[in-house]
Amino acid sequence: MPPVIDEAKCIKCTKCAQICCVDVYGPAEPGEVPTVRFPEECWHCRACVMDCPAGAIDLRYPLPYMLLYEDSKTN
Amino acid sequence: MSVKRRSEIIKSDVLIVGGGIGGMQAAITAADEGATVVVAEKADTRRSGSGATGNDHFMCYIPSYHGEDFDAIIAEVTDTLVGPLQDLDLLRLMMGRSFEVVQKWESYGINMRPYGEDYAFYGHAMPGRRRYHLKYDGQLQKPLLTKEAKKRGVQIVNKTVINQLLTDESGRVIGAIGICTAEDEPEVVIFQAKAVIISTGNASRMYPSTNPAYLFNQADCPATTGSGHAMAYRAGARLVNIDMPYLHAGPKYFARCGKATWIGVLVDYYGRPVGPFVNKPTKELGDATSDIWQGVFQEKMENGSGPVFMNCAENTPEDTEFMMKSFYSEGDTSIVDYLQQYHIDLNQSMIEFGTYDYALCGRGLDIQLSGQTSLEGLYAAGDVLGNVRGDITSAAVFGMISAENAAAYAKTVDFAEVETHPLIQESMDLYNSLLDRKIGAHWKEANSMLQQIMKDYVGMKVRSKTLLKSGLKYLGDLKRYCKEQLKAENAHELMRCLEVLDLLDVAEAIAITSENRKESRGAYHHRSDYTYTNPLLDNKFQTIEQKNGEIILNFRDKVR
Repeated sequence: MPPVIDEAKCIKCTKCAQICCVDVYGPAEPGEVPTVRFPEECWHCRACVMDCPAGAIDLRYPLPYMLLYEDSKTN
Repeated sequence: MSVKRRSEIIKSDVLIVGGGIGGMQAAITAADEGATVVVAEKADTRRSGSGATGNDHFMCYIPSYHGEDFDAIIAEVTDTLVGPLQDLDLLRLMMGRSFEVVQKWESYGINMRPYGEDYAFYGHAMPGRRRYHLKYDGQLQKPLLTKEAKKRGVQIVNKTVINQLLTDESGRVIGAIGICTAEDEPEVVIFQAKAVIISTGNASRMYPSTNPAYLFNQADCPATTGSGHAMAYRAGARLVNIDMPYLHAGPKYFARCGKATWIGVLVDYYGRPVGPFVNKPTKELGDATSDIWQGVFQEKMENGSGPVFMNCAENTPEDTEFMMKSFYSEGDTSIVDYLQQYHIDLNQSMIEFGTYDYALCGRGLDIQLSGQTSLEGLYAAGDVLGNVRGDITSAAVFGMISAENAAAYAKTVDFAEVETHPLIQESMDLYNSLLDRKIGAHWKEANSMLQQIMKDYVGMKVRSKTLLKSGLKYLGDLKRYCKEQLKAENAHELMRCLEVLDLLDVAEAIAITSENRKESRGAYHHRSDYTYTNPLLDNKFQTIEQKNGEIILNFRDKVR
């Protein structure tokens, strides 16, 4: 589930659900903690994390988004 | 469930389809020109589209910085990132007015000079040549453009996706059909306008993503699904250059634009540079290797000499800090977040890069210098354009130009009747058939099958008459199955189903034009049955349009 909402911190303003460019939350009711209804559709743009006024959201990156790395070598 | 229809018709001089960078600049300019303006946006203009969370490179010509040799900058542009598939009059117009937009954006509060008093040009550049990518901080560009539009009285209709354009008997565009997805129960909204501007971006999700099980692992915003290409094509507008693939690249399994935000050298497993441009990282140049050799990562994997890595380890500490800040400007904060979560240190590790799927960025609507498409009343801007490409610059500059001309055009025509347009009932019948279906196919089944057919039959490795004709047949079958079987349980799923149907329309047009290009050209149109490049097709662009149910193909001259 890419966006993870900390319910204890959430102020239920629904801004995350409003601004999501791919509608991962679906419709949200003001006064309720938004639900991540379509988690596989997250683009991981992180707009909800950046714009959450309560700092209540983190992103979890699914394993298929793995960044591949090796120890740096120079010529 | 069935679809409701809102009784009120939303009326404006100018309707803007898609509130990304192009759409919002168009909204601001059209309002400045005195037009009443409505923006229909599928998400929310504050954070939607491929520029949702930022950009850090803006192609720009500033006479006081570059000097008077404008042609030298035009040559740089076509030699590097965006390539030669452009009408040069449009490219010159775009670059000639680029600084005007930069100055407007500064007045809106967008930080175009984050590194001091002077404009700074970095990245996507070759050594010894002019640099033309203005380095800026676009993190707040969408909220700020939205604020400016609202200040001017623009009506922003969020959570409303446009699915069809409405035309009158002469073919003039007079309105559009939208669907509001703000609630689970979808609502059809009819728009009436004197002029329409399409700025719907790219066509993501047409080809398999870098990790095909994850449809939304896309470099460009995965909500940009070729819908502008498709609705305009269905309405009779001319598309251009859609047979000539373009490939994005970046971190291999984490598809992201912004490769020039990385300061480093593209190297092989042993740390040897793979391209000719840089041996040591420089923030001024970046490494333009993959701008010029787009398929470098894929090719080197396929011939066994890969993988290719972005090596940032030799950066100075100052340049590393500069780069990390730039990821925020570019909107790639998730890359920084991921590196932190996994304790990956770019001073010690090099990141594998990969080539992504075919993007229709700068392949699409054929426009004139006014931004008008081949249809009266229909204008366009940004990635949806087919005969000029400039990424954020094309969105912003042609947003402005289209809006100037659409607003002027709107003063010369009256509103046309849309309320009883036959396409409204026809479309509602389709929406209701998807919503009524109790047992059927999920949109992901259709999207996945579309990608598989496109990869295998309309791909980049090899093309031929038999493959492309078979692919076209299978796409037609899939479209029929979709109409018979797709099922939507709510407004969100209805939007996704319609996105797949839009992608299918564009996919067919790609297959038709690719089959009709009976030659090999460039790095990614390899015809096994026509292995040579036909000089008679040099400086020609292929177009496709529909007139009275017939498909018309043409090779027209490129404007040089």
